[in-house]
Amino acid sequence: MRELSTKQKILRFMANNTVPLLFVVIIAFGVPLSGYSPTYLAGEVISRISRNTFLIVSLLIPILAGMGLNFGMTLGAMAGQIGLIFTTDWGIVGIPGILLAMIVSTPLSILLGWWCGKILNMAKGREMVTSYIIGFFMNGIYQLVVLYGMGPLIKIISPNLLLPRGYGIRNTVNLIGIRKSLDNFLMIRIGGVPIPVGTFLVIALLSVFILWFKKTKLGQDMRAVGQDMEVARAAGIRVEHTRIMSIIISTVLAGYGMIIYLHNIGTLNTYNSHMQIGMFSVAALLVGGATVASAKIRNVFLGVVLFHLMFIVSPMAGKRLIGQAQLGEYFRVFVSYGVITTSLVLYEVRKKRERGMSGLALAQDQEVTS
Amino acid sequence: MNAALMLTKIRQMVRSFGLPRIIIALFLFSLFILAPFFNVNVATSLSDTLNRFGMNAVLVLAMVPMIHSGCGLNFGLPLGIISGLLGATISLQVDVAGPASFWLAILFATPFALILGWGYGQLLNRVKGGEMMIATYVGFSSVAFMCIMWLLLPFNNPKMVWGFAGSGLRTTISTEGYYLHVLNDFLKIRIGNHFIFPTGMILFFTVLAFAMWAFLHTKTGTAMTAVGSNPVFARASGIDVDRIRTLSVVLSTWLGAIGILVYQQSFGFIQLYMGPFYMALPAVSAILIGGASVNKASILNVIIGTFLFQGILTMTPSVMNAMIQTDMSEVIRIVASNGMILYALTRKTEAAR
Repeated sequence: MRELSTKQKILRFMANNTVPLLFVVIIAFGVPLSGYSPTYLAGEVISRISRNTFLIVSLLIPILAGMGLNFGMTLGAMAGQIGLIFTTDWGIVGIPGILLAMIVSTPLSILLGWWCGKILNMAKGREMVTSYIIGFFMNGIYQLVVLYGMGPLIKIISPNLLLPRGYGIRNTVNLIGIRKSLDNFLMIRIGGVPIPVGTFLVIALLSVFILWFKKTKLGQDMRAVGQDMEVARAAGIRVEHTRIMSIIISTVLAGYGMIIYLHNIGTLNTYNSHMQIGMFSVAALLVGGATVASAKIRNVFLGVVLFHLMFIVSPMAGKRLIGQAQLGEYFRVFVSYGVITTSLVLYEVRKKRERGMSGLALAQDQEVTS
Repeated sequence: MNAALMLTKIRQMVRSFGLPRIIIALFLFSLFILAPFFNVNVATSLSDTLNRFGMNAVLVLAMVPMIHSGCGLNFGLPLGIISGLLGATISLQVDVAGPASFWLAILFATPFALILGWGYGQLLNRVKGGEMMIATYVGFSSVAFMCIMWLLLPFNNPKMVWGFAGSGLRTTISTEGYYLHVLNDFLKIRIGNHFIFPTGMILFFTVLAFAMWAFLHTKTGTAMTAVGSNPVFARASGIDVDRIRTLSVVLSTWLGAIGILVYQQSFGFIQLYMGPFYMALPAVSAILIGGASVNKASILNVIIGTFLFQGILTMTPSVMNAMIQTDMSEVIRIVASNGMILYALTRKTEAAR
């Protein structure tokens, strides 16, 4: 291979990082237009990093196992929400409340993840669209349990949680007992910007766990399965089992992530909170330069910063530019979906091209031998 | 021995028809039987079901061409709906009153459907095997993009724009005075006090469905089926696979545009902005309930599926509400429709490349 010139190197860098670079450009225009002060923006971004990172990290493991973007992370989010409903009902506050919610959510997440993994094994080759529909399907079951089951079948003590009719959880649950308790643990201020060190420590711990996990036997198996299922099977790896494990881990982490996310916000929209989470997390990860086939921790952090910076500034920028804040809001929704669409298309096109190239290589080999 | 033969035959029928479909059909059937015991008027229910059948059938029919050509379930239906919305809004902008506005809307929607459908088809040709996920997100991003456009496009018919700003389209626009019920009321038959047969709407669907059936039996239509069932074989027999696939996508998009116009004339409102967002899912599950799979669909599937799906949507709120005093219809709808899609996605098909 010959050395690439600087110009070629720059071009290649740009081709590989189209989405993040595009975002840098959008933000470069958006931030001055919005007129927000740097301190305000820094505070907002830091609060959103602490709020969203855990959720986004939960997407990494299924990508490693070659199952694409796990839109089924909403299942974990539902489990986390059920955990929060119970701990709020039992009146356990502060960090113990968060921990207990996580403990309650774990078996639920494992069960849901196992089921989701089973289904995805039946739909190899179209995991993403299937996991996406699984999210919708489970939302129906979730509503059945929370809106009808809680009260008569599942004991809820506190009448504040129940709808006036006597069963079903209210549309919004106030999480005042645990609100920001993890964020305020070890909170420091640098130049007027509050930094929730407690939450950041948890996120750092998770990142170390992911890095360590990739080196374990199971992590290596997942990478092998992700590269080629048949080769992995021939090498004696239990492919189906490995894939289910990856979804279970993702679901459990998504449950914890949802609890951290909601503890930062402070209110639970019982029937809406989980529905949007999948889309926003996936979009943020892709903005950070991840693809359907590979994602790293650094993509997560870059993605959270870029995506949420765009999210914060666009309504204000829209208002200043055209006089309608609504426009900026539609713009950010469009950009989120646009990013996901572009990444999916690029992934499929690249996959097709690689398949074509390997076909050509095979043809060449056969010509040489014959 | 005869009984055993019967049993295997029944088992075979169950297998070919699919267990979830039988459960859904039985469920709907029992709802109709239970209805009179809970003072729910069966004639009204049937009339509502027929009406909703007519409203949605064309949108479900829009699934057929793409399934036939192997592009999978058209989760990108919102793109077709957007073409229809553009046709509808332009027709109202031109401000022709009465039934003519409906035909004008179709006329204006057609070029958008052709152009958008062509581009969408080109895109799907580049991502063979991953069509469904990409279709979903093409639908979503085009809806979000049009949200911006609805605010900015220079429409100025006072019936459509926000009163106080004088610009930007409203979220819902009434079709009253334009094409409200043009098909519903055409030759409608009233039987008794409660039952109305919307002849025009059903007739309109029948014409389109027959045209689709006839098209699938032409040379191009057969080629489409060939591409869907075995693209390699189709290419070997000299069919331009990409061209046929694009054609099917254009057809699907156009039918989506017509479908939403039929829907609006009965519903009475044009829903803009996030309105078309989740409209693909009911259409997808309807055709699957009717017996279609990810790569096989017929006109009969459309008719059965739309009737069953819309029947359940009409019957569950009224009957369940009377039965257990709670409205669980929303939950049943979510579980049944998405469960059906999941069932279809997990079947082993030769299209899983």
